[in-house]
Amino acid sequence: MQNIEQELRQFVVDNFLFGQPNGHLSSSDSFLDKGIIDSTGVLELVVFLEETYRIKIQDRELVPDNLDSINNLVRFLERKLQHTS
Amino acid sequence: MCGIAGILNFSEKRVDPVLLVRMVERIRHRGPDDFGIYTDKRAGLAHARLSIIDLGAGQQPMHNEDKSLSIIFNGEIFNYIELREDLIRKGRSFRTRSDTEVILRLYEEKGEECVQDLNGQWAFAIWDSKRERLFLSRDRLGVRPLFYTVTEDAFVFGSEIKSIFALPNVSREIDPIALDQIFTFWVSIPPRTIFKNILELPPGHSLTVHRKQIAAQQYWRLDYAEGSMNVGSVAAHEEQYVGELLDLLVDATRIRLRSDVPVGAYVSGGLDSSFVTALVKKFTETPLRTFSVTFDDAEFDEGSYQNEVTHFLETDHQEVRCSCEDIGSVFPAVIWHTERPILRTAPAPLYILSELVRAHGYKVVLTGEGADEMFGGYDIFKEAKIRRFCAAHPQSTTRPLLFRRLYPYQPYLQGQSDAYLRAFFHVRPHELKSEFFSHLPRWELTSKLKMFFSEDIKSQVRSHDGYADLRSTLPPGYSSWDGFCRAQYLEAAYLLPGYILSSQGDRVAMAHSVEGRFPFLDYRVVEFAAGIPPHLKMKVLNEKYLLKRCANGLVPPSVMKRPKQPYRAPDGKSFFHGSQPEYVDVLLSSDRIQQDGLFDSLAVKSLVQKFRQGRAIGVRDNMALVGILSTQLVVEQFVRNFGDRPFYAEHRAGTASVCR
Repeated sequence: MQNIEQELRQFVVDNFLFGQPNGHLSSSDSFLDKGIIDSTGVLELVVFLEETYRIKIQDRELVPDNLDSINNLVRFLERKLQHTS
Repeated sequence: MCGIAGILNFSEKRVDPVLLVRMVERIRHRGPDDFGIYTDKRAGLAHARLSIIDLGAGQQPMHNEDKSLSIIFNGEIFNYIELREDLIRKGRSFRTRSDTEVILRLYEEKGEECVQDLNGQWAFAIWDSKRERLFLSRDRLGVRPLFYTVTEDAFVFGSEIKSIFALPNVSREIDPIALDQIFTFWVSIPPRTIFKNILELPPGHSLTVHRKQIAAQQYWRLDYAEGSMNVGSVAAHEEQYVGELLDLLVDATRIRLRSDVPVGAYVSGGLDSSFVTALVKKFTETPLRTFSVTFDDAEFDEGSYQNEVTHFLETDHQEVRCSCEDIGSVFPAVIWHTERPILRTAPAPLYILSELVRAHGYKVVLTGEGADEMFGGYDIFKEAKIRRFCAAHPQSTTRPLLFRRLYPYQPYLQGQSDAYLRAFFHVRPHELKSEFFSHLPRWELTSKLKMFFSEDIKSQVRSHDGYADLRSTLPPGYSSWDGFCRAQYLEAAYLLPGYILSSQGDRVAMAHSVEGRFPFLDYRVVEFAAGIPPHLKMKVLNEKYLLKRCANGLVPPSVMKRPKQPYRAPDGKSFFHGSQPEYVDVLLSSDRIQQDGLFDSLAVKSLVQKFRQGRAIGVRDNMALVGILSTQLVVEQFVRNFGDRPFYAEHRAGTASVCR
């Protein structure tokens, strides 16, 4: 999971912060509170998750509890990957 | 419609006519029909003319009999016929039928107070050589532009900044504070412009220059005190409002048809331009030709609504189709005309449209600008209303569902879950107390673009507080106005002149010598609208309610019912589509970004990469790309190589084929 966390962090930094670390992004920082993500950002994130980890994300799963921080993402992804394997 | 420029030397020294010719040469697109210059022992005035009224005899600079007064004027005074009759009754005589002479005679009669009587759109300068006073004035809402600067030995002004830059001793430098403001509010706060030491005369202001003393005064302001007091006033007044407003709009349109050349109209497919077109058709005898722009991209195209309007109103209609490539190809020219960074490409199709208008021999068009600001049409008003409604009961899970009624044209927003929708529009406690409540989400989103600033710019603007700048320009009483009125004011006082009427209006129309006229911005309409109670402007969530009542029966029913769609154009993808324009590579290259020093080259590189891979779909990414590219074009065309414009030259050959 260490790997996944790094991949996710890398994606967020590249894609939403354009390579700029923008201070330190901690794993529990809320993307919404930090203004990192907007409405299209959520969809960009979903496309990335679906393509990279070959999972299918349901509409009802598109909630901040699953997607709004590195920690939430890791937890969500662990659960999803267990289901598929 | 015209361009003006001038120099007032502080010491008694004749202005070199060559300098005046250079200044006016830079703005010949504003007035290709004729040009004139005048110098006396201290002042020099230059004028480029587009003949619209009194074609034979309106030459400028125009003087009074003893040549003690000289005027150069850009714009139109729509009530000039009534003012002229009034002045003749008072014993003044006239040599021409022009509105220019009316201003001159009115100035003789009333001095600087003359502007109070004018109904129109203007920027003019009067040199009073006896009193050694230069008097400049700009219309109430900022339809026509006017810029100035002070050099070591002179006061210099012009319709466009490029005319001022024509002087060799004027420096051309980007102002980081203005950049910070644009990357927050979408506009710089007047008198500040994107260039250091170049100032804009704010709308509703006059300015006098006597020797080295320069004094600006505000002669008019938008005031919502009455509208705020009328909050909740009884519905019985509604009928009266509808009747009076329609009468006013008919008259505002009628006097805007005064012209010695034929007048056209833009049709967007929305309510406002349809209504203006209908007012011309139903209440005047004027034969009318309409023009519109359509898009290849269905997300932006309003062609079907435009067709309905032109069939319904039986106008002689012309349209031009605009593709992403077209936008990419004209963009450098557009920025040469806007003279400032912009965050949307929307001015580009209007630049192409004015070319079409001109190709058909038209110089004047009526449009629907101003209705959304004055009558409450924008989604930002609706958003603020829903945010307040939700904030009143923060625990409610149903109230936030109203956010689905917002921005129906933004598919990515529409696709959000309820939880995210709640989160995006969440109102934080400090926002409710802010005098900028309605605009905080927009400004905070836009401010995110500053992550692309270079370290140098970031450090230069770090201690700068844009909100404080804005606050210092708010009118007295603002904080006591109703929230809806405050939101309207922020749109009408800043974005309207700083973007809508300039980058999307005067500059791209005048690029092809086309003059826009705006019945909704007749000051009588504006003042009337400001007094309408907010609940009649937007009834619950029905935007422009009162205006729709006025338009009922005059425009196609489908146009009345369709959801509000703001005029937009394809943004970032215009620059990464098909044959990619060369300037994009050059100006966004890491080398160039580093040399110019405004942005962070690594961040720009990742942004460009995201666009090249087709992954940049968000509002923020698109604003960033257009903002950065337009800033780089401003630097290229005004700071680095003023006047060379290699990328501009490149496109000129290509666009004519766009017209059909």
